[in-house]
Amino acid sequence: MSSAILIVVGVACLVVGLAGGYWLPPHGRRPGKDRPKPVKRILLPFTGSSISRRAFDAAVRLATAENATIVPAFLARVPRYLPIESAVPAQCSDGMVLLEAIEQKAEAQGLTVDARVGRGRSYRDALRRLLADEHFDRVIVSATDSPRIGLSGEDLEWLLERVPAEVLILRPAPDDKREISAAASVNGHF
Amino acid sequence: MSARRGHLRVFLGMAAGVGKTFRMLLDGHSEQEAGRDVVIGLLETHRRVDTAKLAEGLPILPRRRVEYRGRMLEEMDLPGILLRAPELCLIDELAHTNVPGVGHRKRYEDVEDVLASGIDVLSTVNVQHLESLNDQVSELSGIRVRETIPDEVLGRADEIVLVDLTPEELLDRLRAGKVYPAERIDAALNNFFRIENLQALREVALRQVAEEVGHKRLVTSEPLGRSRDETIAADAPQAVGERLLALVEPYPGSQRLVRRAWRSAQRLGADLDLLWIKPPSGLSDDQERSLKGLQQLASVLGTRLLVEESDDVPAAVADVARRNGSTYILMGRSRPARGLARLRVPLPQRLMELLPGVDVRIVADRSARAKQDEQ
Repeated sequence: MSSAILIVVGVACLVVGLAGGYWLPPHGRRPGKDRPKPVKRILLPFTGSSISRRAFDAAVRLATAENATIVPAFLARVPRYLPIESAVPAQCSDGMVLLEAIEQKAEAQGLTVDARVGRGRSYRDALRRLLADEHFDRVIVSATDSPRIGLSGEDLEWLLERVPAEVLILRPAPDDKREISAAASVNGHF
Repeated sequence: MSARRGHLRVFLGMAAGVGKTFRMLLDGHSEQEAGRDVVIGLLETHRRVDTAKLAEGLPILPRRRVEYRGRMLEEMDLPGILLRAPELCLIDELAHTNVPGVGHRKRYEDVEDVLASGIDVLSTVNVQHLESLNDQVSELSGIRVRETIPDEVLGRADEIVLVDLTPEELLDRLRAGKVYPAERIDAALNNFFRIENLQALREVALRQVAEEVGHKRLVTSEPLGRSRDETIAADAPQAVGERLLALVEPYPGSQRLVRRAWRSAQRLGADLDLLWIKPPSGLSDDQERSLKGLQQLASVLGTRLLVEESDDVPAAVADVARRNGSTYILMGRSRPARGLARLRVPLPQRLMELLPGVDVRIVADRSARAKQDEQ
C-alpha cells in the first residue's frame, strides 16, 4: 500500500515538474509577463550619420509613457540613374552604425525597438514609401537649422499634411547641439 | 588564322591618370627591346606630353576614318592590325564604344579578334568600367560611367596588372596638369577626383584584382594522380575567400544580427547570405511585418535573404551552408528552451558537428551591456 502511495506521489511530482519546466524558462519567470505587449509604433526617421539627442529623448519619453515600440528608420537616397531596388551600401556604412547606437540606447531603457531602412529617390520619397508600407501612430522628426541636412521645410510641411499619424516636429535649439552620432555612440565593437 | 590564341595583359587602374597607358608603353618598349615585333594599334594620349613622348620609337598604325552623322571620326583600324599581324599590339581603352558602322560595337570585341588571330595584346581599363562594379562605383562616386565591359572580358585576360597610385599622389598629378589640360582641372577636382571617391575606387580596384587572382588559383587545372597531402594542399586556397551565412528569424532582434553580419562581411570583403528556416506553420501579423523589414534591409545592403521550409533547423542550415560554400555562420542567442526541448543538443553545437571547418559565431546582445553601463 505504502509503495503505491509513493508511486502516485512520485508520478504527481513528475507531472508538476514537467509542467513547470515547460512553462518556465530555465532562469526566471516567463518573459514579458510583467509588461503588456507594445501596440503603438513611433517612427523616428533620420538621415546621415547623426540624430538629434532631443528627438531621440522625446521618442523615448513618449514610448515609455505609451508602452510603444520605437521604430528608428534610416532613410537612404537612390540616385536617379540606378534602379530604385538598388543596394546602397556606401550610405549604409554610417546608417547601420547609427541604427545600432539608437537601438542600444533605447533598449537599455527597457523599450522595444524594431528598426527599419527606407529607400527612395529623395528622403521624402523614402519616408513616403515607409509610411505606405506600415502603420505608425506617431512620427517624430527634428527640424534642422541647416537647409542641406535631413528633411527640408517642405518635407516637414508634406509630413504634416499627408501623413495619417500624429507628427511631432522638434524645433532646432541653437544652444543644444547634443546628438547621437554613428561612430561615437555604439557600445562595443560593431 | 593562327591556331594559338594571343596572350592578353590588362592594366587596371582606379581612375584616369594613374599611369596605365604609360605602363603599357613601357612594357611595349621592353618587349621591342627583347626583339619582338611590337606595334601600337590604338593610343589615347589625352594630350599628355609625357605619354606621347614615351610612344616614340614604337610604330603606330594609322587609324580608320569613319563618317558618322556628317562628321569624320577616327577609330582603331582592326583590319589594318590583322593585315599587319605583329607579335604584340598595344590597344588602349578596352571599354571604348566604337562609332556605329565600324564593325564591332565595342573595342573589347575588336581585341577578341586580334587575340583570336594569335596576336598578343596589351590593353588598359579603369575599374568603374566593369559591368558588375558599375552600380557600386556610381553609388560611391555619384558618377555613372556609360562605357562598360562584361566582367568575363577581364576574367579571360591572362594577366591583370594593377597600376596603383595613392589618391594623394593622383591629386598632385592632376593639379600639376599631368592628367587633364588646365581648363579641365577645377571641374575634375570638384567632381570625380575627390579624395573620398578615389579612396573608394582604389579599394574596389585592389579588391577586384585580389578576387581575380584568387579565382585564377582556384580554376587552375588539377593534375591526375595526386597524393592525399597534395589534394589537401590544393584544396586549401578555397578557404581563402570567406562567405558568411547569418541565421535570421522574423522578429525585430534579427535586424541587429543582419547589421552586424553585414559589417563583418564588409571587413572580410566577403559575400553575405541571410537564411531563415521557415517552420511549416504560418506567420503572425508581427512576423509578417518583421519579415518585410528584413527583406527590405537585405535589399538595401545588397545581400540575399534565403528562405527554406523545414522543421529540422540544423539539417536545413547545414544543407544551405554546404550548397553555398559558407565558411562562417552567424547567429543570435537562442531563446531559452522549454520542456523536452532542453534535452536537445543546442543549435551551435549541432552545426559544428554537421559542418566541420565552418566557424560558428554567436552575436552578442550589446543592448544588455549598454543597459548595464547605464545602471
